[in-house]
Amino acid sequence: MLIQRPSDILPSEITPRTLFEERRRFLRDAGLLLAAGALGGALPSAEAAVTAAPKLGPLGASPFSTSEEKTPYKAVTTYNNYYEFGTDKSDPAENAGRLITRPWTVRVEGLAGKPRTFDIDELLRLAPLEERIYRMRCVEGWSMVIPWVGLPLASLLKQVEPLGSARYVEFVTLHDPKVMSRLPVLDWPYTEGLRLDEAMHPLTLLAVGLYGEVLPNQNGAPIRLVVPWKYGFKSAKSIVTIRLTDKQPATAWNKAAKHEYGFYSNVNPQVDHPRWSQATERRIGEFRKRPTLMFNGYAEQVASLYQGMDLRANF
Amino acid sequence: MMNMLQMPSRTQIASIKAALFALCLMPALRLALGWQDDTLGANPIETITRASGDWTLRFLLITLCVTPLRRFTGLNWLLRLRRMLGLFAFAYGCAHLTTYVWLDQFFDWTAIAHDILKRPFITVGFAALVLMTPLALTSNAWSIRRLGGRKWQALHRSVYGIAILGVVHYWWLVKADVREPMLYAFALAWLLILRAWWRELERRRQQAVPPPVPAYKGRVIRIVPTGK
Ligand code: HEM
Repeated sequence: MLIQRPSDILPSEITPRTLFEERRRFLRDAGLLLAAGALGGALPSAEAAVTAAPKLGPLGASPFSTSEEKTPYKAVTTYNNYYEFGTDKSDPAENAGRLITRPWTVRVEGLAGKPRTFDIDELLRLAPLEERIYRMRCVEGWSMVIPWVGLPLASLLKQVEPLGSARYVEFVTLHDPKVMSRLPVLDWPYTEGLRLDEAMHPLTLLAVGLYGEVLPNQNGAPIRLVVPWKYGFKSAKSIVTIRLTDKQPATAWNKAAKHEYGFYSNVNPQVDHPRWSQATERRIGEFRKRPTLMFNGYAEQVASLYQGMDLRANF
Repeated sequence: MMNMLQMPSRTQIASIKAALFALCLMPALRLALGWQDDTLGANPIETITRASGDWTLRFLLITLCVTPLRRFTGLNWLLRLRRMLGLFAFAYGCAHLTTYVWLDQFFDWTAIAHDILKRPFITVGFAALVLMTPLALTSNAWSIRRLGGRKWQALHRSVYGIAILGVVHYWWLVKADVREPMLYAFALAWLLILRAWWRELERRRQQAVPPPVPAYKGRVIRIVPTGK
């Protein structure tokens, strides 16, 4: 599948990572062929074999980025929770290839002055794309550092002019039974929600890529939410509708087990999940666990959103 | 060939046992090699925890299959493999606990104590492993002699409870997709129902025995149906 580049994205001068790896593999394979004395047939062409995601760029840097060591691309793209494609961590990488991400539209509706539908390529041009290197903490007790590419959700919401009555934002994701699981593991389609002020927060990102490339399907292509101070499941994947509402939206995991997954689901080492401790986490690739930080280390930016709230009751 | 299947010789049993032993080690070997080659995925500690837990439960259920298999096939020598299978269940259980204590928690005893007391799924898993310990310790000829067959058997009946705890442990730890624990639950239910049914048959057989006849002088010949 060829993904069309938005017109303002310049082809990168740098050799794409995957192309580089392809070339190396090509050289190695060619070497093997020579060694085996089997030269003469058609050697596979490195260029033809490239199925790499297109590069996104140029990308602005962000002061919100962490300088921590990034989790390798391979781990970020093979260890996923995307239950629509299976409940094992390796399932999404195996099955999400079936997802068709172009054409794609995102409907932004509800309590808005100018509700409308955006084409994905239009969304990519709405605001300059930035690289945001964020920590990602899963409710299961592991974490990663992921260089996302995206735009602030606020820049999209501003386009539709939220009404004064809008208090929450609901995210509805794709559920296409032709390519996704029909098993009623969760109440499909997967929905998530944020308070409007959380949604408008500058940290809240609509991601369209990672590691400078177009988002792989298993990571929620073509567009997903990233809310770095909340547990990973809040960051809905493959979004099709964004709805401004005056009522707190129902969210998928809360519907599945409401005493385990609250609406807020802020990363909080002091409030344990009933089935496991949230005090520590294992950074993927590390051996020892590390302490989990309040709001996943983003307290300075977001703690004020929850002033005066009982975070134990509003978990 | 047929004869060997029906009644293998001592040396044949020994070879079968050796082969089974090697086979039972395969999952552990795969994990060890995977750890070394870094092919256990992005979260190898989780992979090992899960695989060792899976194999603990699987070996428990395999052990519980021996008696039905023996009864259905009439191959009585299968019974002689049961101890090894049960001990492998315990060994994988110990590996599972070691993974948790060492690799996962890195000897953080406060966190471990907290988990055991506060997380129902861990409480149940821990209870299962604790209960497996006396069974493992008495899985030898000396203990059977010491305890006597009856007592030994009564003790080892707790394996049914242990298996139930194992399935509950698994059921409680999955987040939403209970298909796999359900599979184990079905397998276990079948194994337990089978035994309940055999007990019932035995009870009926015993009931069919006529009440004791008052003692007469001379001989009383009683004909007892065996139910077979
Ligand atoms: C010493 C006590 C035990 C502890 C502390 C313990 C702990 C754990 C932990 C932390 C997990 C991983 C949970 C996750 O990945 O979310 C797990 C999984 C599991 N454990 Fe245990 N466990 C114990 C005993 C047992 C026993 C005795 C059995 C079997 C009878 C067992 C069977 C399993 C199974 C089947 C899994 C799930 C594997 C999978 O997800 O595929 N565990 N256990």
